[in-house]
Amino acid sequence: MATATKSTTGTGARTTGRSRGAAKKAAPAIAEFDKDQELHAYKEMLLIRRFEEKAGQLYGMGYIGGFCHLYIGQEAVVVGMQMAKKDGDQMITAYRDHGHMLAMDLDPKGVMAELTGRRGGLSKGKGGSMHMFSKEKHFYGGHGIVGAQVSLGTGIGFANKYRENGNVCMTFFGDGAANQGQIYESFNMAALWKLPVIYVIENNRYGMGTSVERASSTTDLSQRGVSFGIPGEQVDGMDVRAVMAASENALEYCRAGKGPFILEMITYRYRGHSMSDPAKYRSKDEVQKMRTEHDPIEQVRARLLDANWATEDELKAIDKDVRARVAEAAEFAQTDPEPDPSELYTDILL
Amino acid sequence: MPIDILMPALSPTMEEGKLAKWLKAEGDTVSAGDVIAEIETDKATMEVEAVDEGVLGKILVAEGTDAVKVNEKIAVLLGEGEDASALDAAASAPAPAADNGPAPVPAQPVASAPHPQAPAIDTPADPEVPEGTQMKSSTVREALRDAMAEEMRRDGDVFIMGEEVAEYQGAYKITQGLLDEFGPKRVIDTPITEHGFAGLGVGAAMTGLKPIVEFMTFNFAMQAIDQIINSAAKTLYMSGGQMGAPIVFRGPNGAAARVGAQHSQDYASWYAHVPGLKVVQPYSAADAKGLLKAAIRDPNPVVFLENEILYGHSFEIPDMEDFVLPIGKAKIERAGTDVTLVSWGIGMTYTMKAADELAGMGISAEVINLRTIRPLDIDTVLASVRKTGRIVTIEEAFPMCSVSAEIAYQVQEQAFDYLDAPVLRVTGKDVPMPYAANLEKLALPSVPEVIDAVKAVTYTA
Ligand SMILES: Cc1ncc(C[n+]2csc(CCOP(=O)(O)OP(=O)(O)O)c2C)c(N)n1
Ligand SMILES: [Mg+2]
Repeated sequence: MATATKSTTGTGARTTGRSRGAAKKAAPAIAEFDKDQELHAYKEMLLIRRFEEKAGQLYGMGYIGGFCHLYIGQEAVVVGMQMAKKDGDQMITAYRDHGHMLAMDLDPKGVMAELTGRRGGLSKGKGGSMHMFSKEKHFYGGHGIVGAQVSLGTGIGFANKYRENGNVCMTFFGDGAANQGQIYESFNMAALWKLPVIYVIENNRYGMGTSVERASSTTDLSQRGVSFGIPGEQVDGMDVRAVMAASENALEYCRAGKGPFILEMITYRYRGHSMSDPAKYRSKDEVQKMRTEHDPIEQVRARLLDANWATEDELKAIDKDVRARVAEAAEFAQTDPEPDPSELYTDILL
Repeated sequence: MPIDILMPALSPTMEEGKLAKWLKAEGDTVSAGDVIAEIETDKATMEVEAVDEGVLGKILVAEGTDAVKVNEKIAVLLGEGEDASALDAAASAPAPAADNGPAPVPAQPVASAPHPQAPAIDTPADPEVPEGTQMKSSTVREALRDAMAEEMRRDGDVFIMGEEVAEYQGAYKITQGLLDEFGPKRVIDTPITEHGFAGLGVGAAMTGLKPIVEFMTFNFAMQAIDQIINSAAKTLYMSGGQMGAPIVFRGPNGAAARVGAQHSQDYASWYAHVPGLKVVQPYSAADAKGLLKAAIRDPNPVVFLENEILYGHSFEIPDMEDFVLPIGKAKIERAGTDVTLVSWGIGMTYTMKAADELAGMGISAEVINLRTIRPLDIDTVLASVRKTGRIVTIEEAFPMCSVSAEIAYQVQEQAFDYLDAPVLRVTGKDVPMPYAANLEKLALPSVPEVIDAVKAVTYTA
């Protein structure tokens, strides 16, 4: 079994504490996973990967329209956080949201049918890829305006504190979004009022075609809360164990009433920004290197085999199972009827 | 069973593309994720990855083929253990995918064939174009780029900033080539900070520079609307005329295709509400070029509302060294006698088609392309209404407090005695833009709705 005290497959995330920034926290050591945890992480990440591949395929066939932002490569971030959270904790994110919904246990059929704009979709076909919600599963969307979800997530944290329900809102945004002004207005209020919010910056190195270095005057985004006294740390977002450990720590901090916490997940998206991005701003080698050396799913797979916790055949069986679930979702999403025309005028006001 | 490889849709507005290059040959082994071909879409050259694995059995569309429709079979992939003989069976099988899957929404409804008895259509020449000027074909996209390039060559104080305008060559490829020609000092990629860079632009303009601020779409300008209205629009007045803001805010506005409620809104009436702004909404490539050049030269803040679907449309455009159109002047696109149709921006596409069909029905429509929303060229509209006695306005925006509402008000005020019917409007429906293909279609105006409105005002229903 691979020892997990130090990630050898990391993305180069600097996970050790440094003196810069008063609020800098050393990331906790990577938690060892037991067999069940490894298997769980494997299945969950694989479901997201296969789901997204299928979505890409359906887009190419014209079943999905508009914008469609795939999460392939970033699966460990949302799955690691899911493994750390407790029931009742909320998630809110931007438009790259399919993975978050699957991790929040939303039915793949409902998600896929929303992508195809059918009546069985989570928003009855009216929201689309970027705008999906589930009150039941504490998923607050799915937002198309870069940065807007951060203030909303802060408000959900406010409501948690108001109700004293002990829940934490995991508020996701990208490295590009990290420059929007309302994020800093939110940071200030969240720190001022000690709101239970984890700001999860999914740093996949690019905001559309602009690298972090070309968009941000300082690139250690975990330190963006320093002037508000918000602690932050960088996490190897390609290693699901590192994500879970950091998330547990941050969740505990928030639940103890100490205020918000920033987790900068160093990750990578394999596909273009959306389906229509030719991704000329990075080299093929760069993408290939991430795929072969840091793939979040391959890491777990290697550990499972290494520890003799699963055989190739067993992993194949899992894959088959996952593919079947995705195929079922895709089938539903292609055959479910479009919304009834009368739906045009519903859900505008109560 | 051999697997058909179909021409993929690679952008929200793509209906067809060029199969630029095959990167695999017949007989090559292909794994899922391998790049098999390059396709040129309306916006970019894209790589196509294989979804399944197998052997490339047959290439059905040769490289270099133009206008390959989305979902057309382009190749056949043979599975494990299959050989070329499986291809014959596959070839005779009908192409799949068309059964239930909606094809990507066509950007425009298919134009109807001209009616055999259609009266001759009177298309007056643009009075702004000198007689005898050569015309050339240009897309709206090229026209916008050329307008900016010409003005940047002419005036060193003009610069452009926005998200992805430089190295990426524009999210919608409007700024293609500008970085190469003018360099990073004048073609500036910004972070995703609309409120900040809009304010920065206004500040620079207050000193006399002439920024062009591109919003990736106007939906994102809502982050920045305070600077546009409270700073750009009011400074000249508040400073007693000492300083204003010679700035252009431009970008695609209104609905694209299937991008949902947060990305599909027409802001014409929002900005038109505000004194201190000029608001331009071009339809054709000539409008785009002539008005953008005018906007850049204008000493006032100009909100320039483009449309993503129109970007790829081609029009005839005057081949002139310096083609500038006046802001605030409408264009009579078509002369007519029975009814006045007033539209602007993408609304013109429904209007022109409706006018064609109406001609076939014996109804002669005069079509006015407003070009500018503020200042509104109401005189051109009134002159037409006084002639026809009937008016229908057409736009994609919501009906409440719309530009249509303002036109109706001014027409009743100044031409009440000339009206033979109530003023009617055809607008987007009073709902957030839905994502589902069928609902989206219902939410937008349509040519039949325009025709129905005309029948109503001409009492021919
Ligand atoms: C306010 C606003 N500005 C611009 C956009 C267009 N846009 C959509 S995604 C994106 C890039 C965001 O990058 P990042 O925050 O890093 O997230 P990622 O896509 O990498 O997940 C941009 C510029 C938008 N949707 N909203
Ligand atoms: Mg990013």
